Amino acid sequence: MQPEAIVIGASAGALEALSVIIPSLPADFGLPVMVVVHVPADKKSILAELFQAKCNIQVREAEDKEPVRGGTAYFAPADYHLLVEADKSLSLSNDEPVLYSRPSVDVLFESAADAYGPGLIGIVLTGANQDGAKGLNAVMRAGGRAIVQSPEAAYAAAMPEAAIAECPGARVLSLDEIAVYLQGVQDT
Amino acid sequence: MPEKIEDIEIQLLLEGLYQRYHYDFRHYAQASVKRRLKQAREQMGFTSFSAMQASLLRDPGMLNSMLGYLTVQVSEMFRDPSYFQAIREKVAPHLRTYPSLKIWIAGCSGGEELYSFVILFREEGLEQRTMFYATDINQDALAKAEAGIYDLDRIQLFTENHRKSGGKSSLSDYYSAAYGKASFDKSLRKNVVFSDHSLVTDAVFAEMQLISCRNVLIYFDRPLQDRALGLFRDSLARKGFLGLGSKESLRFSNHAGAFTDFVRDEKIYQKSAV
Repeated sequence: MQPEAIVIGASAGALEALSVIIPSLPADFGLPVMVVVHVPADKKSILAELFQAKCNIQVREAEDKEPVRGGTAYFAPADYHLLVEADKSLSLSNDEPVLYSRPSVDVLFESAADAYGPGLIGIVLTGANQDGAKGLNAVMRAGGRAIVQSPEAAYAAAMPEAAIAECPGARVLSLDEIAVYLQGVQDT
Repeated sequence: MPEKIEDIEIQLLLEGLYQRYHYDFRHYAQASVKRRLKQAREQMGFTSFSAMQASLLRDPGMLNSMLGYLTVQVSEMFRDPSYFQAIREKVAPHLRTYPSLKIWIAGCSGGEELYSFVILFREEGLEQRTMFYATDINQDALAKAEAGIYDLDRIQLFTENHRKSGGKSSLSDYYSAAYGKASFDKSLRKNVVFSDHSLVTDAVFAEMQLISCRNVLIYFDRPLQDRALGLFRDSLARKGFLGLGSKESLRFSNHAGAFTDFVRDEKIYQKSAV
């Protein structure tokens, strides 16, 4: 099945890892990319501004009830969960943190797996906790593709390791390999 | 049309909940509802949403715990201190020009935001002339709000938020601590009316100078957001104020024209004069 959307989760070391992947996507990249990065609750997140400056695709902070558009990367705002609705719009929630995290990678991945099914690509990157493992499993169960950054090269190995343990069928790739994979993903 | 059996089951459960008990979650944003219902299903030990629905329809005793799953939200006192700072510095000077005030905390949950407002109004010399309406659809949440008792380990955060909001007193002036709990002074509830009210099915009940409803609308779908915002418009006096959550906005609403930005960054709006 032709991929329709990408979800990415990252924690400790996220900035460097995402800087390899998102700026490498070409201006005509057609898929939406939803990203959860663990950031402190009391900080206004500047991730979107930071990345917009160096990306070819649109980058912005996700807004509640916004329709998902291709060629756009959406960052979850600090202190809110980001979810994808069945009609492919975004919603935010204030529900309790999951695994001490809000936004939570699991919450985004599980809702996106529901919305996109086999059309979803889930990617778990560097991080020092277990968030994303269950979510990536949901992506696979819905028929989507699962990718994990190889733990050896990750800034923090715990999150990719947990994801691999939960999803033995996931592809384990380096950051550069993930970037190359995504650049060609629309032709697959 | 939903393709998955689970999604059909959820729609039927929400329809049943509405027909049987008149609690209407049919137009809540579905991804969150689904997540919460899954939690309920797992923790209550049901194998399917259909089985949970069958029980819910026959056992009214299940209603409260069900509502707990569907509505519970963890809030903080003076959450987003800059919002309360804007209320204090920009909105309060306007409110001082009124001899009497009504303010509405819509979706008050466990009362954290309500007490924040009462304390702020006391500090600003407005409490005596103000009637506070605190509403929610969840009876347990209302009871908790009315009790005003919070875990002591949350107080440090509340205190810090209060200070950042420009608090003119010490938060410890308002509670007594015992047995790991902080119990807020009953004098804070003197001018408060706690009431069961639904933004989905209920109507206007008083004319307000200020409505604060934060992080409630994100749980609604677009048409329901519009209904609630219409209710706020009709409930506000001319030039009354509406405060929303930091990620909520009137931008996409049919009622956007009825309001103007008052403190844009804090999502504080003012009802237009006409």
